Amino acid sequence: MRFTRMLRVGAAVTALALAAACGGGGGGNSGKSLVQRAKDTKKVSIGIKFDQPGLGQKTPDGKYEGFDIDVARYVAKELGVDEGNIEFKKAESAQRENMIEKGEVDYVVGTYSINDKRKEKVSFAGPYFITGQDLLVRADNTDITGPETLDGKKLCSVKGSTPAQKIKSDFSKQAELQEYGGYSECLAGLSSGKLDALTTDSVILAGYAAQNPNKFRLVGKVFTEEKYGIGLKKGDNEGRDAINKAIEKMIADGAWKASLEKHLGPAGYKIPDPPAITEK
Amino acid sequence: MDFLSRYDLLGAFWVTVRLTVFSAIGSLVWGTVLAGMRVSPVPVMRAFGTAYVNLVRNTPLTLIILGTSLGLYSTLGLALADETSGTFLKDNNFRLAVLGFVAYTSTFVCESLRSGINTVPVGQAEAARALGLRFSQTLWIVVLPQAFRAVIAPLASVLIALTKNTTVASAIGVAEASLLMSEMIENEADKLFLIFLAIAAGFVVLTLPTGLFLGWVAKKVAVKR
Amino acid sequence: MSAPSVLYDAPGPKARARNVVYTVAFSLVLLGAAWFVVSGLNEEGQLDAELWKPFVADSRIWTEFLLPGLGTTLEAAAAAILIALPVGAIFGIARLSDHAWVRALAGALVEFFRAIPVLVLMIFCDRFYYLFTDISPDNRTFWAVVTALVLYNGSVLAEVVRAGILSLPRGQTEASLALGLRKTQTMTLILLPQAVTAMLPAIVSQLVVVLKDTAIGGAMLTLPDLLSQYKLIANNYNNTIPTLIVIAALYIVINTILTQLAGRLERRLSRRNRPPAGVREDHIERQDVHLAETKTGEASGA
Repeated sequence: MRFTRMLRVGAAVTALALAAACGGGGGGNSGKSLVQRAKDTKKVSIGIKFDQPGLGQKTPDGKYEGFDIDVARYVAKELGVDEGNIEFKKAESAQRENMIEKGEVDYVVGTYSINDKRKEKVSFAGPYFITGQDLLVRADNTDITGPETLDGKKLCSVKGSTPAQKIKSDFSKQAELQEYGGYSECLAGLSSGKLDALTTDSVILAGYAAQNPNKFRLVGKVFTEEKYGIGLKKGDNEGRDAINKAIEKMIADGAWKASLEKHLGPAGYKIPDPPAITEK
Repeated sequence: MDFLSRYDLLGAFWVTVRLTVFSAIGSLVWGTVLAGMRVSPVPVMRAFGTAYVNLVRNTPLTLIILGTSLGLYSTLGLALADETSGTFLKDNNFRLAVLGFVAYTSTFVCESLRSGINTVPVGQAEAARALGLRFSQTLWIVVLPQAFRAVIAPLASVLIALTKNTTVASAIGVAEASLLMSEMIENEADKLFLIFLAIAAGFVVLTLPTGLFLGWVAKKVAVKR
Repeated sequence: MSAPSVLYDAPGPKARARNVVYTVAFSLVLLGAAWFVVSGLNEEGQLDAELWKPFVADSRIWTEFLLPGLGTTLEAAAAAILIALPVGAIFGIARLSDHAWVRALAGALVEFFRAIPVLVLMIFCDRFYYLFTDISPDNRTFWAVVTALVLYNGSVLAEVVRAGILSLPRGQTEASLALGLRKTQTMTLILLPQAVTAMLPAIVSQLVVVLKDTAIGGAMLTLPDLLSQYKLIANNYNNTIPTLIVIAALYIVINTILTQLAGRLERRLSRRNRPPAGVREDHIERQDVHLAETKTGEASGA
């Protein structure tokens, strides 16, 4: 008897779990433009990175800080949403398009490069920042001056990322590659001297350099171009224009530069000129 | 199907096979040593054997593999390959992964062996002692050979689990089958099922014959009592 | 009698001296290894107090990172085992079906999912849910990990259930059929309840396996589990290695508790169900003591 009850409880749990699994999706906010939705609900949910120091980082206070976060907040403010009504959601690189398409988030500000493949699924506003692939080395390293000086060096990158492959195919064929699941593993090897360089977007590296200015140094020789945009639902032109206006205003009133200086300044990162909006 | 030929499936599975074989040999040796320690007359060895098995067996394998790369190599500077070879990272990661698998899998070998030792009749050990054999001789000449024959079936399960566990080596960038699978899925989004079936078939081919063969061996060499 | 083990005699003066030598030599080896680790960590500054202090001084490291991560790990493990149990029971029973095609189908499925690495299943499920379902990204990895664990552990538990039922005396089935119970009733009322009590320790130890396997999802997919927290913590405190050590300790503590629980459960069940001593002493978990103390020499190899 006891067993049949257990079985029933088990079945109920299974059913509940499946229901939860299937019912979890679909936060319907389709149709209306971002501008209208923000006006109606006074709320936005924004996809950000949780683990990028200087750009989008979750702090021990349970808060979020970084340049991307400041941009996200500024845009929300311009849409008429109070800071307290912003819901930040973790947007892993591989999930960004999916989150936007399914209406999980209103827009994504998370080291999100504008490219044609992504534009098939989402619309972009911006760019709000232009960066490119760079190298991070130990502060005392002098012999790595660019992507072509990596022969025989140990280069680290995260799994499934093309940057490292690009260096090997275009610049230094003798470079040795180490792939990890995340940047923190690379940094552990870099700081102990067992790996020589870490490669990805310059501004991401600057975030790490800003955390440890005595330990790491940015090589500063950018060899690709990545335009960071704000991703939103495909075809929402009204929302895109509103975000573009917010970005322009943020650049014009100095908040753009102040945020970059605050978050990336300690790295000695040379703040580039603000980009011109191209996604119109 | 021809997209499969663009990827080095055989090469990736060859890495999986090599990981498995080297780790299996290492685990068998280290696991036997551990089992010996756990039944030895020296209290320190017994304590170490017990502590080692309990600690390592309760740690996730992923953490152990990450630990070999981040801890042993990055922090403690343990290099297992020639630094000037030009393929240092590749070789070193492979060997670190093997080390991690040996550390983990040996605990299961040890526990299987210990239960195997218990299937050997007490009289065997008593007779061995009566003949004047020392502990090491009793264990090595009389008890272990019989114990091994009794635990071939459990060891086969351990070996199959090891084969599958080698996929975790992708955490430190060892280019085995599951890493190739991730790469293929990234590039060929619309061929998910084909890719899955190809990789799954590879593992079925690796594990099924092993299981059947060792099951047959287990029956063949079982001690009749 | 006075000997601590059948494998060796009570040590005489010579053996005692030899044991002392072994003890000293082995201790030195252990100390050497420990010194290599500690001095290496120290050289890299990994033992600096400021890297470790957050774990005691800053409670936020627990409330924001470690405990929520641990929560996710436990949730995923619990969901996986709770769903895997009925799935395993169904497939285990199906493999004992009277219909050959049911047996064959269940057998093929069980063997298939047992042969495939959990990581491969996870990668597949994650992508599958991404392409074909509406599960939100927050939950998708979670359910991908749980689904993969259910598929694998369900097939393992199916074998446990099958073995459990087969281990029952044949008379149970015969008596039940003689009483006029139908096949389903025999299974659910007579066989399964007895089998489950015998299987409970195996199920609890499987929980340890599940718990450890959730870490694969944390490292390879994006499940915000206990292991994956080291990235967030290291970003804020720059202490990757100490964080990994603390996380390993947490896993060990939890899994040790579960293992102990399995052992205790098993001892209790064997006391309750099998009064004649020495009937089932062939389980690994119980042999905390070595050979002679457990008098298990006569155990069969089954």
